[in-house]
Amino acid sequence: MQPVATTFFFYFLSAVTVISGIAVITRRNPVHSALALIVALLGQAGLYLMLYAPFVAGVQIILYAGGIMVLFLFVIMLVNIERAQKEEQFNKQWIVGIVAALALGVLFVLVYMKGKGLFPQTVAQLPEGENTQGIAMLLYRDYMFAFEIASLLLLVAIIGAVVMAKKRI
Amino acid sequence: MLSIETYIIVSVIKTVIALFVLLTAVAYCVWLERKVVGHIQNRWGPTRVGPFGLLQPLADGMKFLFKEDLTPPHVYKPLYIAAPMLAVVFALTSIAVIPIGNWVTIGGVHTPLQITDVNIGLLVILGVTSLGVYGVALAGWSSNSKYSLLGGLRASAQMVSYEVSLGLSLIGVLIMAGSFSLREIVDAQGGTFWGFIPRWNLFHGQIVAFFIYLMAAYAETNRVPFDLPEAETELVAGYHTEYSAMKFAMFFMAEYANMITVACLASVLFLGGWKGLPFGPAWLQDLPVFWFVLKVFVFLFIYIWVRGTLPRFRYDQLMAFGWKFLLPLAIANLVITALIVAVRA
Amino acid sequence: MVPLSYYLVLSGILFACGVLGFLIKRNIITIFMSIELMLNGVNLSFVAFAAQWHALSGQVFVFFVMVVAAAESAVGLAIIIAVYRTRQTLNVDQINLLKL
Repeated sequence: MQPVATTFFFYFLSAVTVISGIAVITRRNPVHSALALIVALLGQAGLYLMLYAPFVAGVQIILYAGGIMVLFLFVIMLVNIERAQKEEQFNKQWIVGIVAALALGVLFVLVYMKGKGLFPQTVAQLPEGENTQGIAMLLYRDYMFAFEIASLLLLVAIIGAVVMAKKRI
Repeated sequence: MLSIETYIIVSVIKTVIALFVLLTAVAYCVWLERKVVGHIQNRWGPTRVGPFGLLQPLADGMKFLFKEDLTPPHVYKPLYIAAPMLAVVFALTSIAVIPIGNWVTIGGVHTPLQITDVNIGLLVILGVTSLGVYGVALAGWSSNSKYSLLGGLRASAQMVSYEVSLGLSLIGVLIMAGSFSLREIVDAQGGTFWGFIPRWNLFHGQIVAFFIYLMAAYAETNRVPFDLPEAETELVAGYHTEYSAMKFAMFFMAEYANMITVACLASVLFLGGWKGLPFGPAWLQDLPVFWFVLKVFVFLFIYIWVRGTLPRFRYDQLMAFGWKFLLPLAIANLVITALIVAVRA
Repeated sequence: MVPLSYYLVLSGILFACGVLGFLIKRNIITIFMSIELMLNGVNLSFVAFAAQWHALSGQVFVFFVMVVAAAESAVGLAIIIAVYRTRQTLNVDQINLLKL
């Protein structure tokens, strides 16, 4: 079946993502920031679906929204955020920060303006059915070594987290 | 291929029917549980409202609706109100990808008995159930009470840890079927061994995975013997201590809807979905939805039976069981399945 | 159809948001979330390029980014808990000593 109303969904999902992205950095309460980030991640999962990457979208929801963000909320619940909420939110470098971020944003838009001609105007359609198989082939054949290193990295992270957070080992 | 308008209309009809059936099933699941646990404990269970107490769910619903909806003064209001809604929404969403029967043709419209068949069906269910933890965690946090917070923390830790074993126990099935689509997983389970044992994944080398799934599913849905998040002897009622009336009913509905989802998933992945027994008269073998409902019912009955029989774990036992026993077992099952499939291929 | 460059601009905006939050926030947890936001901006452009050039490698890179993000947040949150236990604060301006 042909995709329906792609333009509408693109603008809707990008509005959701951008607004919650801004909410992440402006809210005082870390719980609000975390919830906004979850919404941003879900919006982004929708964008992945529109870009014919269903497997990435699923992993994004399971791993990011269902795993990492639960961890964030968990830590926020463990620490006392009452005081953090009353403190000054932004540090003294906010002018520098805004200038740097604006410069970066302008840079991106400039690159887009320059590079507009480089990309064809339509996003071509990928065969959706073989997405997972294709990724599996790449991941376990071409990127085998990187995959092993990634698993090693995770192992190190697990051990590091346990060592760091445990009071007495 | 249907035109887009027909497709939308058919989808809406299917969604409405599925929601109606699911909510009724949730209500009668509560009735079934009270009845069965009653008989296990040598009581009658509900008998007063209607024959065999069959109208009890209706009476319960009326009572929940007409109770005063209290909002305690110390709660954090927006999230306190949003949490039960999140819980119930995520609990009802996953029914959308579960296939309950084969393709049917009604009035010239050829459609599967499933709201939508997506090619990452299993991932969708895993994702939605992993989001379900937010309802519980936010309820615990926003209630601003010790018991609720402890319940919420316990629930999120428990659900995150058992989700790993749950996911790993399903990968064996995925390797056998070679697809994420639940419909294709069911189709891969057709046929028999020696003419009388159905070729369901349960009998096809995934029996260990089935039991891992069973235990992890009990923990995911916060049911006995893993109901630590609402352990009433220590935590009053855990994360929903501060909730009353319809908001409490929403958590209740979410819990039972999750049970039904887990039961549906078990019957799709391990018990051959809508496929019937391979012997007997032909009309009995492909009664469309009957076999699926029967399998779900059996699974729910085991759920309730376990609740009537087993005591509760201690929290450290629960964590040790999940990480030190279930997870290694699930990984071993995965490695062995992968090896066997690779050697055969 | 939405052209690829729209996705790139969106990922740029997300990345700039993350940079801004990282530079100006004081709460260490929010700073961590800004990092996640930046990583997600990059992921979006990877997936967009993958769809554009029909190369699934872009999607595979996203998994590696996610692995790094998971490892980073596990260790980082453990550090946050350790810091909170010794300093009783999450304000990065007050965490300015190498040892107690």
